[in-house]
Amino acid sequence: MNASVAIKGTKSGLVVTLAEGPSLDSVVAELTGRLKQGAAFFADARLTLNVGLRPVTAAEWQGLRDLLLSHGVTLQSVIATSEAGRQGARAAGLAVISPVTAAQMTRAESRSPAAAREEHNGMLIKRTLRSGVSIRHPSHVVLLGDLHAGAEIIAGGDIVVWGALRGIAHAGALGDETAGIYALHLAPTQLRIAGHVARPPELTGDQSWPEAARVQDGQIVVEAWSRAK
Amino acid sequence: MAGRVITITSGKGGVGKTTAVANLAAALALQGKRVVAIDSDVGLRNLDVVMGLENRIVYDLVDVVEGQCRLRQALIRDKRLAELYLLPAAQTRNKSDVTPEDMKRVGQQLKEDFDFVLVDSPAGIEQGFRNALAPADEVIVITTPEVSAVRDADRVIGLLEAEDRGEPHLILNRLKPQMVKRGDMMSVSDVLEILSVSLLGIVPEDEYIVISTNRGEPAVLAGSAKNNAARAYGNIAKRLLGYDVPFMVVEEEAGFLDRLFRFVRQKDVDYQARK
Repeated sequence: MNASVAIKGTKSGLVVTLAEGPSLDSVVAELTGRLKQGAAFFADARLTLNVGLRPVTAAEWQGLRDLLLSHGVTLQSVIATSEAGRQGARAAGLAVISPVTAAQMTRAESRSPAAAREEHNGMLIKRTLRSGVSIRHPSHVVLLGDLHAGAEIIAGGDIVVWGALRGIAHAGALGDETAGIYALHLAPTQLRIAGHVARPPELTGDQSWPEAARVQDGQIVVEAWSRAK
Repeated sequence: MAGRVITITSGKGGVGKTTAVANLAAALALQGKRVVAIDSDVGLRNLDVVMGLENRIVYDLVDVVEGQCRLRQALIRDKRLAELYLLPAAQTRNKSDVTPEDMKRVGQQLKEDFDFVLVDSPAGIEQGFRNALAPADEVIVITTPEVSAVRDADRVIGLLEAEDRGEPHLILNRLKPQMVKRGDMMSVSDVLEILSVSLLGIVPEDEYIVISTNRGEPAVLAGSAKNNAARAYGNIAKRLLGYDVPFMVVEEEAGFLDRLFRFVRQKDVDYQARK
């Protein structure tokens, strides 16, 4: 996987980092590809774009903002460590994150293969998600609590709910069909894995054992969780 | 000591916020407290009608906020209880004419003169809700035991938690024990299982509420002899004052005579608050 675009989930939301070395055109091309591939993940998302030392001009910033907008993504704020990049962003009317905050958000960030590894850090949430809450994360999400009906988790990786999953869970939202959804009590409004969607059957027995949902033969299949698998 | 500002909200419309505000305000006044009820539903005011005070409105909340009158001038004293007042909403304006800061100021001022300031919130989670929430020290969420109301209550509780508003208390309104028994209605535990907040009170479905609303006379003022809802509101008021009152459940006892005469007996039940 080309590491010139890294997507990371932080406490402040999604941060997309563009590598400083390659030409802007090639980076934009990859960003476009990633946006298309993860259409469901990025719909209605807000994110921060980190260009590091790259001196992005106002016109280039506008192009980036418009590219994101065309995929339903709002460019919330930007991180730029070069003065030119920051000026360009301000001229384009974008909110620039202060260096101190930016350092916190991109801590342990690097342009090396390690950055690709960072992307795979899962998110652990230790509370119940009530109706109306939406959690978006590029890799795995583990929830210690319930996912209420009306709440949703959209993850690039797997979703594990150590509690009751009653809302909407979308695993593999960046295009990974091997992702799974696991819950102690699976009673969802809707399940989605990559591009597949599944509704619970009309007469759902209230199962009191853990279940797993995965794509098999082109559709989502729910099975009782067994360690033997 | 300054009074308590309590906002009553729900998310869902029509679950009993205004009725609860009118009855709790009256019940607290009956207990000897100085109470003011504020209707913050600008444009769709109802609290004045439910309290039977609509003919006495000269100034309203928007007039106060815009400085057209002093706060005292807009307060309407209840016709039955000397220590109960109403600050009505405006009917011909809308919610954008009041800001959360305005509401905070009004709440601060009223706190100094009253033991309880009850704020009736409009339905929804937009501007009106934000206005009603602004001055609150405590929040009561009202829901009925049905799926869409509980869903909306969950959303509202989530919003309150996200704003670090502390934990709201729940009033479960319009419960029909017979339907719960038949499995046709959510039970108290079903609702608490989903919402996970502490239960402040259970108000049973009671036809008398329709009558009392039409008369403009809060049910608690009619006494609680046959008036289960009034008794429930009275209990809630006592709990707000710190008393430990067991939850009331209205059960229909099936017996020979009952089939002919349908007696209704009251039983007090202790519900464990589910967290």
